[in-house]
Amino acid sequence: MGAHAHAHHHKESFITKYIFSQDHKMIAKQFLFTAIIMGVVGMFLSLLFRIQLGWPGPNMLNSIFLGDWAPDGVMNSNMYLGLVTIHGTIMVFFVLTGGLSGTFSNLLIPLQLGARDMASGFLNMFSYWFFCLSSVIMLVSLFVESGPAMAGWTVYPPISVLEESVPGSGLGMTLWLVSMAIFIASSLLGSLNYIVTILNLRTKGMKMTRMPLTIWAFFVTAILGVLSFPVLLSAAVLLIMDRSFGTSFYISDIFIDGHALDQTGGSPILFQHLFWFLGHPEVYIVLLPALGITSEIIATNSRKPIFGYRAMIGSILAIGFLSFIVWGHHMFITGMNPFLGGVFVFTTLLIAIPSAVKVFNYITTIWKGNIVFTPAMMFSIGLVSTFITGGVTGIILADSALDIDVHDTYFVVGHFHIVMGLSAIFGMFAGLYHWFPKLYGRMMNRKMGYVHFWVTIVCGYGVFFPMHFTGLAGAPRRYYDYSEFPFLDHVVDLNVVISIFAVIGTLAQVIFLFNFFYSAIRGAKAIENPWKSNTLEWTTPVEHVHGNWVGEIPEVHRWPYDYSKPGKEEDFCPQNIPLEEGEEEHG
Amino acid sequence: MAQVEEVDKSLVWSGGNSPFRLSYGKQMMWFFLVSDALSFGGLLTAYGFARHSVESWPVAEKVFRALPFTDGDFPLIYVALMTFILIISSVTMVLAVEAGHRKHKKGVVNWLLLTVLGGAIFVGSQAWEWSHFIHGSHHGAVLTEQGWAYVAHLDYQYDDEGHVIMNGHHPELASIKLQFIDGGKYMLTGAEALASYQTAEKNEEGKLLLADGLGVPLNVVSDGDNVSALDIVVEGKIYRELEGAVGSDNWNELVALYEGSTAQIQGANLTENEYAPNAPAYADFFFFITGFHGFHVFSGVVINLLILIQVVKGTYDSRGHFEMVEKSGLYWHFVDLVWVFVFTFFYLI
Repeated sequence: MGAHAHAHHHKESFITKYIFSQDHKMIAKQFLFTAIIMGVVGMFLSLLFRIQLGWPGPNMLNSIFLGDWAPDGVMNSNMYLGLVTIHGTIMVFFVLTGGLSGTFSNLLIPLQLGARDMASGFLNMFSYWFFCLSSVIMLVSLFVESGPAMAGWTVYPPISVLEESVPGSGLGMTLWLVSMAIFIASSLLGSLNYIVTILNLRTKGMKMTRMPLTIWAFFVTAILGVLSFPVLLSAAVLLIMDRSFGTSFYISDIFIDGHALDQTGGSPILFQHLFWFLGHPEVYIVLLPALGITSEIIATNSRKPIFGYRAMIGSILAIGFLSFIVWGHHMFITGMNPFLGGVFVFTTLLIAIPSAVKVFNYITTIWKGNIVFTPAMMFSIGLVSTFITGGVTGIILADSALDIDVHDTYFVVGHFHIVMGLSAIFGMFAGLYHWFPKLYGRMMNRKMGYVHFWVTIVCGYGVFFPMHFTGLAGAPRRYYDYSEFPFLDHVVDLNVVISIFAVIGTLAQVIFLFNFFYSAIRGAKAIENPWKSNTLEWTTPVEHVHGNWVGEIPEVHRWPYDYSKPGKEEDFCPQNIPLEEGEEEHG
Repeated sequence: MAQVEEVDKSLVWSGGNSPFRLSYGKQMMWFFLVSDALSFGGLLTAYGFARHSVESWPVAEKVFRALPFTDGDFPLIYVALMTFILIISSVTMVLAVEAGHRKHKKGVVNWLLLTVLGGAIFVGSQAWEWSHFIHGSHHGAVLTEQGWAYVAHLDYQYDDEGHVIMNGHHPELASIKLQFIDGGKYMLTGAEALASYQTAEKNEEGKLLLADGLGVPLNVVSDGDNVSALDIVVEGKIYRELEGAVGSDNWNELVALYEGSTAQIQGANLTENEYAPNAPAYADFFFFITGFHGFHVFSGVVINLLILIQVVKGTYDSRGHFEMVEKSGLYWHFVDLVWVFVFTFFYLI
């Protein structure tokens, strides 16, 4: 705090400005940069295993990147599991949780609320450095001799407990757990900051009901994080005890080579309960920020007020609440009492209501709007599309009678990659295209943005849509090679199609990366409010300054969605413009 | 770079009344505590899950009955004392915070010192309790033909003719007592068995319907109508005592059972424990949850000490308020509150 307040008294050194910075804008960039690196790694891992699935057998990439794990260029089947595990972990936690919330909550919360910085810049700095440390540990685990964790991103025991099960359950799993424990600490520090900043540091006139929907989404996301991650921490620490200290919280009656293990009395189902108590809210931790970003971008680029502002807030809150009482739908086949399963079916189906409210509101906002098709807007519309297609299969999976049939098949993989993976990453791309001028003071190239969008959405559907069919045909997830199963012969060719789309989709991200880094250095200079947006971040100077505003923080007089308001000359009216005489505030 | 007016964060809020009238630091502490509560919630839920997924679980007053510096039998007395001390330390913490509000430095120092003392006593007591738990009882538990049994008393030897005789100055104590921990069997012998036998009804399988469950007669000695000696094995609840009457056949049976035992556990570690040989998770959860809580108390003691040093140095006097004391107080009360739950779930229920 002190370093901030007195920032103008002395010139900052390189270290305090770029490395151990306490400025929320720099921390946002740090999160973004780290997440991009992690995203590239996660994407690359998926490329390796997609090639394995499409064209099993030796190939050059395996020889180059997997070394001993790919004798003669043929991927080791254990390594396949390792790649899947780390891909999932990186994408869910490091890109879509740390990257998405870390970047946009940090950037937008103070800017859109009219605050000089986060409540505690010091803790915020720690939040990033814990995140960075956990990222490094996760990446290091790829290089240990016994391989990275191989138990899937859900690290179910007993496979994650017993070194004898897969090589990755040795040191790799230990590093995974250590990394996650540090990640949880980072998430906690970040979330505490977001919540408290939103509650305590709003500018004058910024009532909760005048906050942009982005902030509402970040707020509920942070609350979900504060409530669910500690339970994962408990689960992870108990797992560490089982692995390293011989306790038996999660395992019992395990026989290896005919010999029973000493550890008896635990239950692997216990881990699943604890894990999914985090795991399900985690889905919304990933998704809600993307939905918030979309709300903002769709309203701005449709030049219309968001339809149903209060309904949007209500549905965010409802989704947040419901996400805590649905975790059992991941566990329908664990021998759960069918009545309890029925309860989870009911609560899960309830989520369709607020989700549908959001989708209809997006569509009605776009309806008859004066749409500006910026790349950000394209990705936002793409999100609405994937949210619908993925949501519809979610209703199938919510129903235990149907879920039991397709549990752990590619149907599930297709579902969650569309509804959570694509939607959230589209939200992140939309946010990056939209707020890039705020991050770097320059504009991203539009044409490359369009190419990026179209290739990405076509490939996204090309990859994940066919998975529903392979899943319905009975293809289980996490199998290394499907050519050995005659009953899947008629869908094996689909794997080739999927892999072709995956390769093209991966290459399309190179366009984005080029656009991103090129524009950050050479892009056209941005003006203060390039999208003619209403929110407060566009009243700050293009060049970042400490404290965000030179002089007084603007006062807020209206909600953030006064687009195309009748009686106004322009089709937007920023929040800091006072109401004219006789003008009614939106209500 | 543009110049910015100097900012005092506490003055930044200008959106009307500050929500909850809290400083951001205090608010953060509250949210952290909510989060931490969920960690403990996860652990206690896991404990409940494990406890109800096995048939037998030890009864706390049979496990925790020792008191330091004594040899006696005081079920749960020591842990009650620890709990009392911890709760009193919360009271002294409140008084420290209150003194802070009055900016009465000496009061803060005194009350904070007492709080630290209370916390330290609690952590020390927990260490003693752990140590006792780990070392276990004198004789531990043995695996007999009838299942795991807890050896309550063990004091006998053989005479010249090979008969078991008792030892000690107090014949009524000098005996062997096995408490069956698992398997759900206990025995009625002698007069008690006779009375039960004569009043009990029989079901269709010929088993006796007793108050404690179904019984099977064993060693019935009778001449026509008169029963002169019998034992009944009852399928009762766990942890019922199998009393051996000194000098009887039963006594020899017990000795045989004991001497024929095939495994023995003394005390507790992470893989087995004498209190619940068939539920090793009992000790795991005990160590982990009380350990996790103990770590919290320990951190609290350290934090309070650091703040005490700051108070003594006068940091908060020059700052004009003692809010740090209050923040650490929030944490301290939380740790106490969690103990109330741990105590309830581990010792009382």
